[in-house]
Amino acid sequence: MTGEGHLSRRGFLTSLAGSGLFVLFRLEPLLAQEPARLPSRLNYPTDFNAYIRIGKDGRTTCFVGKVELGQGAMTSLAQLVAEELDVPFDSVDMVMGDTDLCPWDMGTFGSLTIRQFGPVLRRAAAEARAVLLHLAAERLQLPVEQLAAKAAAVSAARDPGKRVTYAQLVQGKRIERHLERVPVKPVSAFTVVGKPAPRKDALAKVTGKAKYAGDMGMPDTLHARIVRPPAHEATLKNVDTSGAEEIAGATIVRDGDLIAVLHSRPDVAEQALTLVKAEFDHPAPTVDEKTIFDHLLKAAPQGQVVGESGNLEEGEKLAATLFDLTYLNSYVSHATLETHSAVAKIENGKATVWVSTQAPFMVKTQVSQALGMVPQNVRIITPYVGGGFGGKTLARQAVEAARLAKIAGKPVQVVWDRAEEFFYDTFRPAAIVKIRSGLTTAGKICLWDYKVYCAGDREAKQFYDVAHQRTISAGGWQGGNPEGLHPFAIGPWRAPSVNTNTFARESHIDVMAAKAGADPLRFRLNNLADQRMVRVLKAAADRFGWTPRRAPSGRGVGVACAIYLGTYVAMFAELEVDKISGRVQVKRVVCAQDMGLIVNPDGARQQMEGCITMGLGYALTEEVRFKGGEVLDRNFDTYEIPRFSWLPSIETILIENDDAPASGCGEPPIVCMGAVIANAIYDAVGARLLQLPMTPARIKAALK
Amino acid sequence: MMRAVSFRLNGKPVRVTVDDERMLLWVLRYDLGLTGTKYGCGASLCGACTVIVNNEAVRSCSTPIKDIARKQVLTIEGLGRPDRLHPLQQAFLKLHAFQCGYCTPGMIMSAYALLLKNPRPTRAEILDHMEDNLCRCGSHKRIIEAIQAAAQTAKRGAR
Repeated sequence: MTGEGHLSRRGFLTSLAGSGLFVLFRLEPLLAQEPARLPSRLNYPTDFNAYIRIGKDGRTTCFVGKVELGQGAMTSLAQLVAEELDVPFDSVDMVMGDTDLCPWDMGTFGSLTIRQFGPVLRRAAAEARAVLLHLAAERLQLPVEQLAAKAAAVSAARDPGKRVTYAQLVQGKRIERHLERVPVKPVSAFTVVGKPAPRKDALAKVTGKAKYAGDMGMPDTLHARIVRPPAHEATLKNVDTSGAEEIAGATIVRDGDLIAVLHSRPDVAEQALTLVKAEFDHPAPTVDEKTIFDHLLKAAPQGQVVGESGNLEEGEKLAATLFDLTYLNSYVSHATLETHSAVAKIENGKATVWVSTQAPFMVKTQVSQALGMVPQNVRIITPYVGGGFGGKTLARQAVEAARLAKIAGKPVQVVWDRAEEFFYDTFRPAAIVKIRSGLTTAGKICLWDYKVYCAGDREAKQFYDVAHQRTISAGGWQGGNPEGLHPFAIGPWRAPSVNTNTFARESHIDVMAAKAGADPLRFRLNNLADQRMVRVLKAAADRFGWTPRRAPSGRGVGVACAIYLGTYVAMFAELEVDKISGRVQVKRVVCAQDMGLIVNPDGARQQMEGCITMGLGYALTEEVRFKGGEVLDRNFDTYEIPRFSWLPSIETILIENDDAPASGCGEPPIVCMGAVIANAIYDAVGARLLQLPMTPARIKAALK
Repeated sequence: MMRAVSFRLNGKPVRVTVDDERMLLWVLRYDLGLTGTKYGCGASLCGACTVIVNNEAVRSCSTPIKDIARKQVLTIEGLGRPDRLHPLQQAFLKLHAFQCGYCTPGMIMSAYALLLKNPRPTRAEILDHMEDNLCRCGSHKRIIEAIQAAAQTAKRGAR
C-alpha cells in the first residue's frame, strides 16, 4: 500500500460496523484472466478480493464487487456461499458493486463470475465453515471430527442435543481470518448448488421496488441535459445559451467540452436544451455502413498469428476442392432497455455516484480522475443494472454527473435519452472474416487458412480436427486499433469476437459439407476429434430429431456449434423463409450446453433462452446505420430488436459434466445464432448468406 | 401552462400543480416519487413506461398530464403489495419471467390490460398484445408463460 492508495485492509474492515466472522479472499486467481486488458489496480489491497460476514443475527452477508445485470449472479453466488458454509440459502444477503463496502473487482463480464470468481468464493465459504467448526469445538468441548455443520449451526454428530448456532459462535467476537487451503465440498455432497433457486431479485423486480441508478435521485436533485455533437468527429464552433437562460429555474453549466442545462425537472431541462444554439464543424463523412468493410480491410492493424499447425501448402496439395469465401458483419448496438444512468452527490469532500455499470471499480478511477479527488473519497454504488451485455463497462455518464454535481453544488442526475444511448454506445465492431479451406475426396478438412479483421481473436482458432491450419487476427474490440479505424466507439458485445468467428466458421463448415454432398451434422462429426463437442452435438441432435440429408433439403433446418471460454454449445434450428418478402420466421431452436459443473440449472436455462432470443436480432435485423461519425439509428423504430412475434419454440438441454469446472453460461449460446440461421436458410431455399444481419433485402438478393 | 390536475392514482386521489404538458412518466417519477415506471425510449416504442389509465394500457412517456385529469391511473406500485401480489406478479416471480427487470413493470402492466379485456387469451393473442413491449434480455418465453399462468390462476378464482 503506497501513495494515493485506496482502502487499506484495516481501514476496509473497520469501515464495517459490528462483530462477526470475516473471511478474506485472495485476489490472484482473478488476475489470470486476460492480463493484457486488466486495468491498473491503483494500489488496491492485493490480499483479498471479497468477503463473507456472519452476523450475530445469524444472517450471512456476502460482499462482492460483481454486479447484478439480470444474469442472476446475485442468486448463483448466494447458492455457492450457502452450499459451502452450510447456511440456508434464504439467510444469505448479497451486497454487490459498492466500492466502499466491497473489495476490488475487475468487472462483471466475460462469463467470469462463476468460472473465475466462483471457486474463490467457494473456498472462502469453506474456510469460514472450518473456522466455525473450530469455535464450536472449543464451545462444546468436543473434537472437530465429532461435529457436523448444518443450517447455520454446529452439533455433535452423536448427540444432536449438543448444538450451537453460528450466530452464538460469532456473538461479541470480531474474528478476521485469512483464506487458507480448506477443501471444498465434493459435488456429491451438494444440496443447494446444482438445484434451481428462487432469484434473490424477484420480489423487488415484480413490484417495481427494484432501484436502478436513475431511480436514486434525492429531492433536491437536478436533471442534466447535455449539448451533444451531431457526429463523433465534430468540434464545437460556437454556442449561444441565452435562450435557455430565459427558462425559469434552469442553470447553464459550461465546463470545457461539457455544456449542460440543469433543472429540477427533466422535461424542463430538455426544453431548455432545445433553446441552446450550438454550431459544430464536422468533416465530410468518408464511410457508411456499406463502404465500411473496404475501409476496415485497408486500415486494420497488422495481423497476428494466433494459431498454427502443419503446413498450408501441404494442406492445399491434399485438397480435392478449395474454398475461398468472405464473411461480413455490421456494427451492432447493445440497446439495453435501461439507458446509461447516474446520480452524483458531492458532500463534505466525498463524492457518491450511483451508476449503471458493469465495472464499478473502473468507474471509481474514472470519476476520481475527472474530479481531481483522491480515490478514497469517491464511492461508486451500483444498484440493479438494466442490462449490460458489455455496453456498460465504462461510464461516461457517471463522469458527466460527477462533474456537473461538483459545479452545481447539488446532486445531479444524468440519464441518457435513447438517441444519446445509440450515439455513445460502444458497438460490436463491424468485421470481416476471410477463409480459404480445402477438402479431401474423403470429406476431411485438410486446409484451414483463417483471417479475421476487427472482431478480435477470442475463440478464433479452429476446434475441428484439421492438420494444416493457420489463424490470423487483425484488430479487435479490445483496443489498440489505429486512430480513426472505426468512426465511433466500439467495445465488447455479449460474447465479444465469438459471434463473428462462429458465424464465419460454422457457415463455412456448412458450405464445405454441401459441396461434399454430406449431411451437415455427419460432416461435423467426421471432422471432430473433441469428444466433448461430439457429445453435445449428439445430445442436441437427438432432442431435435435430426435426420441426415444433404442441404439444401427444403426443410429449413440447420446446425451450428461452438466453444466459448470452456463452455460447449450445439444448436439446431428450424425456420421458414418467405421468398416473396425475404422474411425469416424461426420456428424452433434446440440448444445443448456443456458448461461443466452447473450452479443453478434454472438460471442456466434462463441465460440460454435469453441468448437465443437476443441472438435473433444480430442474425436478422440489427445493424447500425451511419454517415461517418453520425449515428443514424436513434431509437427502436429504425433499430429493430427482437419482439414477441419472433419467438421460436426454445428447448434447452444441460449436459451433466460435474467433474469439469463450472464455466460461464450467459454468453455461449448467442454465438451460434448467426450461423445456425444462415445454415437453415440455405437448407430452406439454397441461398447462402455471407453477411449479417440477414435482412429481407439481403435474403431476396441472395435468392436471385 | 402550469395548472392543477387531479386524478386517482393507485386508488387514491392526487392533485399536482405542474406544466400540464408534462408527460405522465415524469409526473409519476419526479413529482410523485413513484420510480417503478421506467423510461426506455421516450417515444412509445418500447413499453417500459406502460401504466393503466381507465383500464387501458398507456405509454406514460407520451401522455401529457392534462389528458389524465379526473382519470384513474394504476402503476406497478398499486398493483399488489409484497405480501399480497397480483397473480401476474406471482407468476412473473415464480417463473422468473425477467432478467434485468427493467422492462418488467411495463410488461406486467401491459399484460394486466390484456387480461382485463380478455381473461383467457390464446398464445397468439398474447404475442399480438405484447408485441410492442421490448425486452432485451430475451425473457419473452417466460413472460408468455407467466401471462398464461396468471390467466389460469384468475380463471380458478385463486389469489
